[in-house]
Amino acid sequence: MSRIDSAFFEIGSLDTLAVLDTPLHRLDPRAKVITTLVFILCVVSFEKYQLSALLPFFIFPLVLVGSGRLPGIFLLKKLLLIAPFAFFIGIFNPFFDREILFYLGSVGISGGWVSFASILLRFTLTVSATLILIATTGFSGVCIALEKIGAPRVFTIQLLFLYRYLFVLIDEAQRLVRARALRSFKGRGTGMAVFGQIVGQLLLRTIDRAQRIHLAMRCRGFTGEIRQLRKIHFGHAELLFTLGWSGLFVALRCWNLPEMLGAFLLELAR
Amino acid sequence: MHMADALLSPAVGGTLWAATATSIAYCSRKVKDDLDDSTVPLMGVLAAFIFAAQMINFTIPATGSSGHLGGGMILAILLGPYAAFLAMASVLTVQALFFADGGLLALGCNIFNLGIFPCFIAYPLIYKPLVGKNPSERRIFLGALLAAVVGLQFGAFGVVLETVASGVSALPFATFVALMLPIHLAIGVVEGLVTSAVVLFVWKARPEILCYAAKAQPLAEFSLKKVVLGFGVATLLTGGVLSWFASARPDGLEWAMMGVTGSEELEAQDQGVHGVLAHLQEKLAFLPDYRFANAPQEAAAEKRPAQAWPTVDAGSSLSGLVGGSLTLALAALIGLLIKRRNRAQTT
Repeated sequence: MSRIDSAFFEIGSLDTLAVLDTPLHRLDPRAKVITTLVFILCVVSFEKYQLSALLPFFIFPLVLVGSGRLPGIFLLKKLLLIAPFAFFIGIFNPFFDREILFYLGSVGISGGWVSFASILLRFTLTVSATLILIATTGFSGVCIALEKIGAPRVFTIQLLFLYRYLFVLIDEAQRLVRARALRSFKGRGTGMAVFGQIVGQLLLRTIDRAQRIHLAMRCRGFTGEIRQLRKIHFGHAELLFTLGWSGLFVALRCWNLPEMLGAFLLELAR
Repeated sequence: MHMADALLSPAVGGTLWAATATSIAYCSRKVKDDLDDSTVPLMGVLAAFIFAAQMINFTIPATGSSGHLGGGMILAILLGPYAAFLAMASVLTVQALFFADGGLLALGCNIFNLGIFPCFIAYPLIYKPLVGKNPSERRIFLGALLAAVVGLQFGAFGVVLETVASGVSALPFATFVALMLPIHLAIGVVEGLVTSAVVLFVWKARPEILCYAAKAQPLAEFSLKKVVLGFGVATLLTGGVLSWFASARPDGLEWAMMGVTGSEELEAQDQGVHGVLAHLQEKLAFLPDYRFANAPQEAAAEKRPAQAWPTVDAGSSLSGLVGGSLTLALAALIGLLIKRRNRAQTT
């Protein structure tokens, strides 16, 4: 419960990062959404035993955190909060895939451990890219980008509605939970029967609220589209950002930079 | 329950993305054409309601643990399948972006598993026929319970299929199924009970709300053919494009087998689980090149002589380690420098 509470609280703080004003934040949201997608696609397209070639990809989140003036520690904490899922599915790999891939000194490393480490690396990369996207673009920015890229308007508008009313309804749910907790002793009233009534009650209020919102919006001239004050423009900076990063990702996908660098260094040392 | 990016291959993720995008486009048109314009705010607010309802826990009898509402089925019952699908898709989008629950590439899979199955399979094929034209308390209870259970079972099976087809996790198909389905049967029963409790409350207090949903979705016009056709085209397109991308380099497993047996594919094993799986896979023929992870792997393990992994010999793995740590340090340094320069500029 407290975990969910703080997680919701942090939704807000992640989104407030998006009002910062850096060159990165000022970029057209489309550029950032597309670049993030290319990044994720390149990262997950490696074969499952790949480790070293994944490492150079850390340049993207690190540079963005730096140039977007984002709090790295905060993002890291969020990352750890959701790590268990990837961990628990990945941890099975060492048990099922016991074949020795290579030796580190005299210790044999099995394929399972390698692919487990690879899963954790992928997880870190993809999740941090997603969090950074929100922290530099904001939710409404992502919605606008989605619509400009071609997502149906009905879908993006109701995404915006969802986001707008999320906090209102969460407050309401919290009040309900608190009221129930104050009245329940020894766990009485926390069962399914009461739950059905509480949630049903919340649902009825929600539906009434939706009707009031709709009437109010009709009164103010809502015709089914949300107008934006800020003009968005896909200019040279956006083109450079998208093509530059995407080009780098594809290049890193094709050539294993760390291995080449390492081989070069070992050659020098000899 | 949520798929994660890290466990997905681009071909599987992309295919499911295409399928999901097609259904979102189709449902959006359907909602725009068929329903009045008060539906869009209702959808958005109800989707937010799902989040809020998830904050209210309840104790599960006899176990002492607590659960919360999942949501797909209740949305379908209140909004009808098309609008409910869009609302569920937006819930999952927010979860993917803010909680990184799942991930961007996995979003397609998650919307498919948790949206398509409850809205277009469990709702029209189980809930609607069971409840019928004259709903009664018992019918609504049974319908909501069964539909929630079946929807979740399909969803869990979807997770298994997608994970195994991606081949990143080494979990064998049979084990994974045996792990996922019973757990989600239990979750489904609890979810079904809760769903039916909420729906019954609404039905008793404000029956017209349920009638609205029943009226709003024209089931007779539901054209399965178009949806299937759309899926087919989208699947072919992305499957074609992305598998080219994925197989431009054969993956490590195929490479290994090529080195050992001299051919890229192993001879089919006709007996036992492998045979059944191979057969099933041939039938599905979803992504012919993506084999179920366990079959070739175990076979490869048996047949392999004690020879080093072809791609990772000791020398290249050492250079990988050296170079890897160096690039990582370099990346961190660049990030740090940019941050410092930024700070200097602002102060």
